[in-house]
Parts: sequence; C-alpha cells; structure tokens
Amino acid sequence: MLGYVLRRLLLLFPILLGLSLLVFLFVRALPGGPAIALLGERANDQSIEQINESLGLDQPLPVQYGRYLKNVASGDLGSSVRTRQPVTSELSRRFPATVELSLAAMIFAIFAGIPLGFVAAKRYGGVLDNVSLVASLIGVSIPVFFLALLLKYIFAVKLGWLPTIGRLSLTVQLDHPTNFYVLDAILTANWTALWDAIKHLILPAIALGTIPLAIVARITRAATLDVLSEDYVRTARAKGLDPRVVDRRHVLKNAMLPVVTVIGLQTGLLLTGAVLTETVFAWPGLGTLVLDAIRFRDYAILQGGILFFAVIFVLVNLLVDVSYAFLNPRIRYR
Amino acid sequence: MRGYLKWSAALVVALMVMAACSSEPTDTGDTGDAEPGATLAFGTSADPVVLDGALVSDGESLRAIDQMFEGLVTLAPGGTEVVGGLASDWEISEDAMTYTFMLEEGVTFHDGEPFNAEAVCFNFDRWFNFPKPFQQADASYYYQTVFGGFKGNPDALYDSCEATEDLTVTLQLTRPSASLLGALALTNFTIASPSALEEFGADEGKINADSLFQPTGTYGTEHPTGTGPFMFVEWTRGDRLVMERNPDYWGEFEGNVDELIFRPIADGAARLQALQTGEIQGYDLVDPQDFETIDGDENLQLLNRPAFNVGYIGFNQAVEPFDDKAVRQAIAHAIDRQEIVDAFYAGLGEVAKEFMPSSLEGYADDVTEYEYDPDKAKQILEDAGYTLPVAIDFAYPTDVSRPYMPDPQANFEAMVSDLEDCCFEVETKSAVWSPDYLGNVDTGKYGAYLLGWTGDFGDADNFIGTFFQTKQPAWGFDNEEVFTCLDEAEVEPDVEARFGLYEECNRLIMDFLPGLPYAHTEVGLAFTANVSGYVPSPVSLEPFSLVTVGT
Repeated sequence: MLGYVLRRLLLLFPILLGLSLLVFLFVRALPGGPAIALLGERANDQSIEQINESLGLDQPLPVQYGRYLKNVASGDLGSSVRTRQPVTSELSRRFPATVELSLAAMIFAIFAGIPLGFVAAKRYGGVLDNVSLVASLIGVSIPVFFLALLLKYIFAVKLGWLPTIGRLSLTVQLDHPTNFYVLDAILTANWTALWDAIKHLILPAIALGTIPLAIVARITRAATLDVLSEDYVRTARAKGLDPRVVDRRHVLKNAMLPVVTVIGLQTGLLLTGAVLTETVFAWPGLGTLVLDAIRFRDYAILQGGILFFAVIFVLVNLLVDVSYAFLNPRIRYR
Repeated sequence: MRGYLKWSAALVVALMVMAACSSEPTDTGDTGDAEPGATLAFGTSADPVVLDGALVSDGESLRAIDQMFEGLVTLAPGGTEVVGGLASDWEISEDAMTYTFMLEEGVTFHDGEPFNAEAVCFNFDRWFNFPKPFQQADASYYYQTVFGGFKGNPDALYDSCEATEDLTVTLQLTRPSASLLGALALTNFTIASPSALEEFGADEGKINADSLFQPTGTYGTEHPTGTGPFMFVEWTRGDRLVMERNPDYWGEFEGNVDELIFRPIADGAARLQALQTGEIQGYDLVDPQDFETIDGDENLQLLNRPAFNVGYIGFNQAVEPFDDKAVRQAIAHAIDRQEIVDAFYAGLGEVAKEFMPSSLEGYADDVTEYEYDPDKAKQILEDAGYTLPVAIDFAYPTDVSRPYMPDPQANFEAMVSDLEDCCFEVETKSAVWSPDYLGNVDTGKYGAYLLGWTGDFGDADNFIGTFFQTKQPAWGFDNEEVFTCLDEAEVEPDVEARFGLYEECNRLIMDFLPGLPYAHTEVGLAFTANVSGYVPSPVSLEPFSLVTVGT
C-alpha cells in the first residue's frame, strides 16, 4: 500500500509539469494582458509597454516559462500583478474558506443524498422512488447561481433566518488560529461564533452541495438496487437476520464503494469549482480569487491557483483510491 | 439505517429551527436613535488593492483611502468646487509655477505625530523619488498623469517642496500649470504620516525570483496612517475592511458612525440582497434593473451620484471614411441620441452635447449641435459626393456595463438601426471589454467605436485635455488648433480666462467633431432608510463622517 501511494505521489510531478505548461500557455493565449486589464480606459501605448516590461512579459515565451519553472521548483509561485502580494500567501489565506465551504457542502450532500438514494432503492418503483428521481434530476439541472439567489431570497430576505454574505457577522469577534472559522470557534470555545459561522455556511453549502447531493443520491440508489439482488443479501434475510442489520452490514456497506468514488470526485470538483457560489455569497475563498485573477489577467495568481487546484484534485483522488482498501478488503494495491 | 436516517433528518431540521429561532437581524443594522456609536457596513464591488493613495488608481481603494486620509485641498461635498482641506488657504503665483499653501493648525496624524509643512514636503518628495517599480503606470498612474514623471524625467512638473514655515509650504513647478490645484484634490495626493511611512516600510521591497519588485513593508496593508476622520483597524482581504472614528479628528465630524466597514460583494444582486437583510446599510453601483425594487421598498432609499462622465462614439480619422468631416457630421445627424438615452438609461441619463458634463467650468452652451435629422445626414453625404449607403465599421464592447453605457449592446443596436435606416452600411465588430476591446481602441484598430470616460477630478483638463490634447491612435487626427487651445488653457493662471479658453476649446472640438458624445449618466447608490447625510459626489469623494445612522 505504501509503495502504491508513493508511486502515485511521484506521478504527480509529470502531471504538474505538463499542466504547468498548459496553464502557462493558456493564460497567455487569453487576449490582451495585465496592463490594459489594470488600467482600463486609462491605458496607453507607453503604460502598456512599461507594465509589460516590468512584469517580464516582453521576453520570449520560452524564457518566461523557463523562469517560471525555476521559480516554482524553488517554491516561489510569484507575486500578484494587482496586489503585489506573494501568490503563496494569497492562496493560503483563501484556502481555508474554500475547504470549509466544500466540506460543508459535501456533508450536506452525503447526509441528504445517501438516505435519499437508499430509501428510493428500498421503495423501488414507488412514489418515494419517483419523487427522489425527479428531485435529483432537478438538483443536477438547476443552475447553482440561480439556486443560490433563490435560497437567499427565501431564507434571508423573506424569512430573515440566515445571512447572505461572508463567513461571520460583523458583530461577532473570533480569533483565527487556523482560519477555518468553525474549527477556530471550537478551539477557542467561542460558541456564539460557532453558531454564527454555521449559519453563514448553511445557504452556500446547500447551493454548492445540491449537484453532488443529486449525484450521490442517484449512485446510491443504483448501487443499492444492485446489492439488494445479490445472493448474500437473500441468504442473510433467509437465515432470519434483523432487516436493519442486513441493511447496515450487507447492503449499505457493499453499496458504498461506487458512492465513495463519486464522493471523492465530487469533493475534488467542489474544492475547485465553487467560483459561482463564492461570488454570490461574497465568500472570500479561492474561487473568487481565481475569478478576479481572470478579470485582471493576473497571470501569477491564475497559474498558481490552477496548479494548486490540480494538486488538490490529484490528492483527493488518491485518498479515494486508498479508502477502497478499507471498504473492500479484497482490493489490494501493488 | 433507520437510525442514520433519523439522525440526518434531525440534524437538518434542528439547523433550520435553530436558524429560525435565532433570526435576529443577521448583522450590524443598528437602527437605534441617531447617537454616537453607530456601525455602518457598506457594500463595495471589490476589495481595495492597497491602502496607499499614491499607489492606486482603482475606485475601491480610493474610496477607502478617502475616509482615512486628507489632501491639501478637496472638493466641496457633492460638487467640483475646490475648497480647503489640510490647507486653509493658498496662493498661486502669476506665472502659475509657485503654489504656496497655508496649513491648518492643530492637526495630528493617527499615530499622534504632528501634521506640518515638513510632513507635506516629505510626501511630495516621496512621490517624486519613488523607486522604479512604483513608477509603473499601474502603481502611480495619477502621479504620472498630473506631474508628468519622476526625478530625472525632463517632463516632470514637480521641482521642489519647501517648508517655508512650520505651517506654510511652497511647491515649485518646472513649468506653469493651472490645473494642478484641482488635481491636488485627488485622493492620490493625500498626506500620509512620514513616521508611519518609514516605520512600516511603505517603499521597501526586495527583488523576487522573477526579478520583480516585491514589497516587504506593511504600511499599505496593515498601517495606513493619515489625518482623516476614520482610522484603520483591520483588513481581511476579500471579507472586510474595518475603520473606526478618529477621536482626535481636527475637523468637523457631523455624523454618528463610530465603526465603518467596507465589505466587498462583487455581484450586484448579492449586494441588493445584503442591503435588504440589513447585513449592509448601503452600497454603490446599483444595477439599473434594481432601481424599481429599491424605490418600491419603504425600508430602502436610492440616491443618485451626479453625472460626471460622458459616453461617446469615437471616430478614428486614420480609418476611412472617418477622416471626412462630412461623414462624421452625417453620423451625428443620423442617430437619435434622445431616444437612446430615454430607452437605456433608466431615467438617469441626459443627452450629451459636448465631451464634458455641464457641472464643470469651461462647459460651453453654444457649441455646434447635431440634431436628429436623417434627411440632413443624407443630404450632407450626397453633397460630399458619396453614393448611399456609405460603408463604415463600428465596434462595441461585450461583457461590460459602465455608468455611461449600462448596456453597450443595446446602445449599439439602436445606433446601427438608425444609421442603416438613414444612409450607412455598418460592418459590426465587437470584443470583450477588457483587455481586448480597450486594446483595439487604444491601438487604433477600429474605425468607429463606443467608449466613455468617468472624470477623476473637477477640471475640464481631465476630460477634453485627456482626450484631445495630443495625437492619439484611438482618434487618429492631428489638429494643431485643438492641441494649442488645450495647451494654452492648461497653463492659463487666471481662472476666469482659463474657463473661457476651455469654452473656446469645446466649441472648436464640437465643430471639428472627432467623436459624437451622446450621454451623461448619474450613478445609483442605495441605502437603508435610516441612513442620512450621505452626499453623493460626481467624483466619488464621499466622506462617511457626514453620515448618520438612526431610526
């Protein structure tokens, strides 16, 4: 197992090398450049030339890429064109917000999606099954942006139950030892802040978690249906086992393998795809950072951000693969 | 499994119930009596870049800096008249090369250091001697625009600053400039505490592995120190910038806001919802489609920022047939500008007849006007020997909304329809606003194009001087008469004579017709109904120290 994990981690390097080249070319293929994006109507030939020169963008592409690689190898992802802050500090500052939101969304998707899919399978062909199918279809189809605005309108504007922006109310004070606000509140035993942070998480987590919820529910339903028709389930029931024990030990556990795969993939996607949700909820995470970087042609942030996303995605997938071994002891990695 | 189901359901229900039970106003929304101690949260469209006025050109940075810093002069609230700021009075020499400022007494910086003539000169010398990386246009655009360049640059306007007395400062220029006084009202030229600039390394940095300058100081991110009514408390990028009332403020603090918080909310709909829930008490750049919602809600109010912009069609005379004045005139007569302003500006627009708003001195009422008259347009073209329809190319930007053109495509389509109904055959071009479209305009790639400008400070030079004082690829013309007129107006020290010169320049320009101005627009700001005292300014110099949050 350890050898397998090491091999997978080593494979990360060629993946990142290829990706770095693609990203490097991609951001430079975007029309225009940082100078005009920064100055808008006020840009002129002289200022564009001046800024390009100072950023090294007047150099040939291979020279720029070589320099970029050398810097990345030494752990320096460069500085933001706009704020002049190091990319690594910008990324690390925003990362906890995105992780917190993605985990909350995934928890919502798992805790709502698995029961929904399971119950639908158990009531196969019944009303609940059909309702679950339609609900998951809507969940997959509804645009996140629209759902987010709708949720905010109902639960914040009309009912006044929940906040619409940010991670914490302005009146709530919280120390930030980790920048994961829920964790910070627990670590500092600040229960007011804990509840406030959770309230701020609810709507964005639901908006972001709806698509994974629908997918998890559908996969759970399909996998449960498969397992329910297995001989060992019939045998277990025939020998008089409590149906709850059959469901828990034999059905659900065996149905979880494809579900875990999907959860892993979806978690990777959530971490890297919360752009719209973060924008609508003014959530200060990586998504809004990368979106701004595209807007301002902030090459360094964009390159660093995408590489960072790639590393996360690969690592999450590795975790999923490793978790198979725990769910199904027959799986062995070499 | 059943237990798991129950647990899941219970968790979801519990969360919703708890949220409902604790549904006090979700944020600050102090709706008590108007008394000291109010908190005001204001929704902005983006985070500031850095809180050092000399190094920014974006509106959100300037808005925040404006609350904490003051310049020698400023503009009267809601207008463009230059009034005293940190300087109580000033004298400009007859040759417009020496400016003497008499400073206010008893002013201290937020760090307790005294404000005096030496502090002023320290700031002017700092700007003039900026390290090379800060001399880029993205960092110090306004300094370069106003002062022409830095130390060693023969075009530099600044010569020296002398603290002639403790509270008297003399600026010496290398050449006459009458527009400098108005420009000094820019937030970029506000005065910072010299000791804070030094202590927190405002100009310090290292060359990073990219061979790029990497600031290492914390002045602009953690220790901005001015003399203004609000002091910096903390800044969490992407989340909030917190300021508190300056208890030792030397000037008048008319409002009751003790804590001022700017929250970046990029999405316009999200800003409105945050206002409706009370999480913020005001926001800028209201989307035109939200005006009705805000107007119809008794808990909210809509304010309009006076028009200080111009939307125009630019003609590039390096591209045929725009080099022919007859074609430019025909286009001007062929487009029904009133109909466009009525249709697409949500009642906030007015038809522009020249390239600057009427609120500025130097505006001429009697410029050549081009009324909507398609028959006249045809006649002009036929008299000039053209066969109709005349082929032109015309471009508009996508993915953008600016105050002076909230919906560029709608403007463009209406214009093209008018042009084609009359006597032109239009080849349509478009590109994403930034950076593609702007780049194409700047490099003269379009014949006719939609564009506009929002003023920075209250001087005609900032409008028509910016557009027409030199030859530029976007306009493609070389008109010595216009250039000379603007040169003379810029340096004329006699205020009245200067305004007269700008009026003359406006007449020349609108006769020459390098472009067709078509709209000036007000900008919407929204607040909760309990906020009063906010004075919208054409140049967005809007002090929150005037604001009261009450019942």
